[in-house]
Amino acid sequence: MVPLEYYLTLSAVIFAIGVLGVLTSRNLIVIFMSIEIMLNAGNLALIAFSRALGDVSGHAFVFIVFAVAAAEAAVGLAIILAVFRNRESVNADDFNIMRW
Amino acid sequence: MDQYVLTIVTALPLIGILIMLPISRKAESVLKGIAFTTSLAAFVLSLYLCINFDSSTDAMQFSVNVPWISSLGANYHVGIDGLSLWLFLLTTFLSWISIWSSWNAIKDRLKGYLISLLLLETGMLGVFMSLDLFLFYVFWEMMLVPMYFLIGIWGGVNRIYATIKFVLFTLVGSLLMLVAIIALFVMHYYATGVYSFDLTVMDDFAISSQAQRWLFAAFALAFVIKVPMFPFHTWLPDAHVQAPTAGSVILAGVLLKMGTYGFLRFCIPLFPDAFMESIPVISVLAIIGIIYGALVAMVQKDVKSLVAFSSVSHLGFVMLGMAAFNMQSMQGSIIQMINHGISTGALFLIVGMLYERRHTRMIADLGGLFTSMPVWTTFFVIVALSSIGLPFTNGFVGEFLILLGTFKVNAAYAIIAATGMILAACYMLWMLQRVVFGEITDEKNRSIRDLNLREKLILVPLVVLIFWIGIYPSTFFRPMERSIDSLLKRVAYTQIATPEIPIAEVDRNDGPMGTYRDQGE
Amino acid sequence: MSNYIWLIPAAPLAGFLINGLFGKRFPKPVVSSIACGSVFFSLVAAVLALIELLGLDPEYRSIETLLFSWIPSGAFQVDIAFLLDPLSAVMMLVVSGVGFLIHVYSIGYMAHDKEFSRFFTYLNLFTGSMLILVLANNFLLLYVGWEAVGLCSYLLIGFWYKKQSASDAGKKAFIVNRIGDFGFAIGIFMIFWTFGSLNFSQVFESAASSFQIGSSVITAITLLLFVGATGKSAQIPLYVWLPDAMEGPTPVSALIHAATMVTAGVYMVARCNVLYTLAPTSLLVVALIGAATALFAATMGLAQNDIKRVLAYSTISQLGYMFLACGVAAFTAGIFHLMTHAFFKALLFLGAGSVIHAMSNEQDMRNMGGLRSKIKTTYLTMLVGTLAIAGIPGLSGFFSKDEILWKAFSSEHGGVVFWLIGVVTAGLTAFYMFRLLFLTFFGKPRYDKHKSEHLHESPRNMLFALASLAVLSAIGGWIGIPASMGGGNHFERFMEPVFASSAALASHGENHHSHVTEYLLMTISVLFVLLMIYFAYVAYIRRPQLATSLRERFAGIHKVVYNKYYVDEIYAAVIVRPLIVISMFLWKVIDVAIIDGIANGLAYMVQSFSGSTRVMQTGYLRNYALMFLGGAIVVLAFFMSMR
Repeated sequence: MVPLEYYLTLSAVIFAIGVLGVLTSRNLIVIFMSIEIMLNAGNLALIAFSRALGDVSGHAFVFIVFAVAAAEAAVGLAIILAVFRNRESVNADDFNIMRW
Repeated sequence: MDQYVLTIVTALPLIGILIMLPISRKAESVLKGIAFTTSLAAFVLSLYLCINFDSSTDAMQFSVNVPWISSLGANYHVGIDGLSLWLFLLTTFLSWISIWSSWNAIKDRLKGYLISLLLLETGMLGVFMSLDLFLFYVFWEMMLVPMYFLIGIWGGVNRIYATIKFVLFTLVGSLLMLVAIIALFVMHYYATGVYSFDLTVMDDFAISSQAQRWLFAAFALAFVIKVPMFPFHTWLPDAHVQAPTAGSVILAGVLLKMGTYGFLRFCIPLFPDAFMESIPVISVLAIIGIIYGALVAMVQKDVKSLVAFSSVSHLGFVMLGMAAFNMQSMQGSIIQMINHGISTGALFLIVGMLYERRHTRMIADLGGLFTSMPVWTTFFVIVALSSIGLPFTNGFVGEFLILLGTFKVNAAYAIIAATGMILAACYMLWMLQRVVFGEITDEKNRSIRDLNLREKLILVPLVVLIFWIGIYPSTFFRPMERSIDSLLKRVAYTQIATPEIPIAEVDRNDGPMGTYRDQGE
Repeated sequence: MSNYIWLIPAAPLAGFLINGLFGKRFPKPVVSSIACGSVFFSLVAAVLALIELLGLDPEYRSIETLLFSWIPSGAFQVDIAFLLDPLSAVMMLVVSGVGFLIHVYSIGYMAHDKEFSRFFTYLNLFTGSMLILVLANNFLLLYVGWEAVGLCSYLLIGFWYKKQSASDAGKKAFIVNRIGDFGFAIGIFMIFWTFGSLNFSQVFESAASSFQIGSSVITAITLLLFVGATGKSAQIPLYVWLPDAMEGPTPVSALIHAATMVTAGVYMVARCNVLYTLAPTSLLVVALIGAATALFAATMGLAQNDIKRVLAYSTISQLGYMFLACGVAAFTAGIFHLMTHAFFKALLFLGAGSVIHAMSNEQDMRNMGGLRSKIKTTYLTMLVGTLAIAGIPGLSGFFSKDEILWKAFSSEHGGVVFWLIGVVTAGLTAFYMFRLLFLTFFGKPRYDKHKSEHLHESPRNMLFALASLAVLSAIGGWIGIPASMGGGNHFERFMEPVFASSAALASHGENHHSHVTEYLLMTISVLFVLLMIYFAYVAYIRRPQLATSLRERFAGIHKVVYNKYYVDEIYAAVIVRPLIVISMFLWKVIDVAIIDGIANGLAYMVQSFSGSTRVMQTGYLRNYALMFLGGAIVVLAFFMSMR
């Protein structure tokens, strides 16, 4: 049996990759994908804990996260699409209309 | 059936909104029709309340008490008594009038406008019937939203400033009031172990006088800003000048009464000791308001802000009467709330009708309008005279009783306040002279057309009420008598230990009626 | 029985409603017949009421009828109820009688005015309100009538609203009256909290039975009520509105500002005779103010050139006379003079109106003269009026004025000084009235040709009113011929029940003077009056240059008198202007600068704080994500360090 720490390390690494992706990339799609990676890192940790503690509620959470991620993907992609249609760009640096 | 009438009346505007939602914003006449019908239906149904009102009791009538958020002890507890009956009717009446009055005035986003007015009506009615502090607070804040939009979207040039000022002033007070409501709730829970926001329960809950002072201060601040009393009145002229006509009518006619009504319903019965202590402060502020409002009104250049400042003066009378706290002054005070709603509401309507035609309200631009608009002028003069309290109009009955009652308690207060009646004549007549009399100086004023049938029909009921209250006020006094009596008695009961109010400086020793006492004291 | 009393004020009010609502659509004859008919109805009803009253025993001549309860508020109960007694009977007869004649006169006078119906609407409203005033059985209803006639006065003075001076005058009248009403209202509050009622009968009964003479409460009450009276009856210091009130149409000046409304103060003081008798200080104040006003206004009347203004100052002066009478507790004499004054002053005003009408709206006497032959009827009737007001024996003014002078001398509250002021005023009155008569009707015409072509006598209905009033002015005093002159003095006997209780209160040590003294004083005053008439004759007919040279010699005094002692200017400088300045200060400084300044200052503070923090919002997604990460690390670090 693989020890819990291995899973957690992997999860942390994936999460860090996701964070780096969000912080460094300019493309909205890539940022979006990085967020999905972070979510999955979380899922991995949840599953690992769930197995280690013998409690299935971790599994249940993972399903909720899946559902949320799916919804997010639907809405988020729609927004990106709409933005692209308006501005002909998916570069995050082109958009600072949320500025003060 | 009886007990649901209040709920139905309050819900009717909401139903109207629901019907209007799916209808296209372009179908203006349909929307207007729906808004008009629902507000008229609410008014007609509320007449049922006044016909079936039992004047022989001080109990809450038409009341409903069902649990709402039971984990908090918040109930849907509504009902009206003599204190709120006429204000409730005034609300349905003025809402109907103001929807009718904005028939042609609003060209832009009519749907949202009508929905705001109807939502406002529900909020106002809710405030007057709530007997549960939580429910009251919900309705209290609910009024704020549509009013914010009414001024902010359909207002004049400087509307954003005015509406933000209005909302911020009001919020400052009402948030403190929320804190006080929660404090009251918690104190009551510690004392009895029961969760309750119910006013009737709170009435029997004795609070230490130290706590009363703080809670009273928080409640009073919210109400004083709403009234508005000097020096918290500066939001009022701005809000009035910028608001559309219907907004001004509702604002002056009903919203200001929330403050005075709040004193009657909450401050006085909940915190009688603190109220008694604060009487000198309230009286003095009220008198300052009376004179200050009148003086400042005199030098206004805009008719609407003149009327707004006159409101400060009139509401000062209402507060003075409440502070005098005897039968005459209280009845005068309540009837003066109604009077102000009718007279000032009518004044705003009249000024609005002029504005629709002339697109100015500056006194300097007007003059000689009697020649071009005789019917309009006649209404204007009648309403202005009722506003300065001429006998046989409504203003006289209210102001006279207030001053009479005040005189008993403190002659000096009454004498100083009575000068307000002289000043009222000054600013009103001077304004009339410059607006309607004299030669026409601006050619634009010559071709103004007079009132049309709809506008006449709007003003006639107001004028009828002006004379009705002035000539036969018994209709209005009878239902409120018992409620006032019991309020006076209740406060007197809790007041046994505290010193009495100073008696008038009348030389009492040489009169046969020297020991004459009013009932209820 | 007497249940119809409410119809007396109700009829003109009904006329007011009908004409007010539909008058514009009616032809002029319909409007005028509704207006005159309703007042005539009141007159007939008033006469019937008088007959009924006379049929009763004197001590039962006080009938109250309740219409409905007006303001019921706890212990405070006020009714709409009417009181018929000799005093109100006389008043309502004067009001409806003179009122009716003036209505008839107005049909002719206003015939060419476009707003005929509005005029009659106001006039009817006035008559109704005035009747409410005199018939009220309590102080508050009296106050209602009191303010309502003030309103009508405002509306009618400003009837020609396009004229700035007219609307100014109306406003001034209303506001000055409001100042008086302020005192009146406070007096009412005090009455209620002292007596527990506002009903005349209850108040007077309990005052008479349980207060001592000189009580401070009663003194305060009566003084406050008198403040109201000075406003309404144009006494010092609140008389300033009446001369300006002449801006109104002349019938209005006759009805409101001479015959009826301005006498309301006298009526009120007479009505409260019990209270005033209990307060000798107040009586003294009333007498002093009355005497001072009588003299002061008479001097101002000497120098006016406007025919109506002369009459206006004369009215103020005569009202002072009536207050003088009331102040020496001779209430009957005051009311008697009120009645005769109503006749001859209405006559004089209507006559002046007829002159103005004939002269195509010329009011300046310097542009008249020699009208005697042109408008003969007007001249004759005005002559009667002038003789009556001057107090020529046999005419109505003589009896009432003589009664007042005698009472001023003989009453325990009176004195030689009051008598002397009265006589001097009577002489001045005779002088300026004959000056008016001579300047208008005698001498050479001083108007241009153009005017003389249009000169015409007034229509018949105007002359009818003039003639009727002339008859009343001549013989109206005969009902009050005193016993010393062989008359029965029916008037005094009729009024006795009203003043009985105050007469009983007054000490019984009335100074007894012989008839010889009375005759002597009478002769002196009549001779003085005749002398003054002769002076007027000399100054304005025989040697017209005398008046001019006198005026030049005393140019300074003349200027002061001509400008009405600059009282208006003083009031404007001391009261009106400071008030405006203070108001502007309150608005611009207190309201806008200070209160709004604090509110806006708080808002700016919040705004500048948030302004400095909002630069963090760059709008770039990555910056937010970085901040997010930083936040997460801080939180993690915090929890790690907690372990």
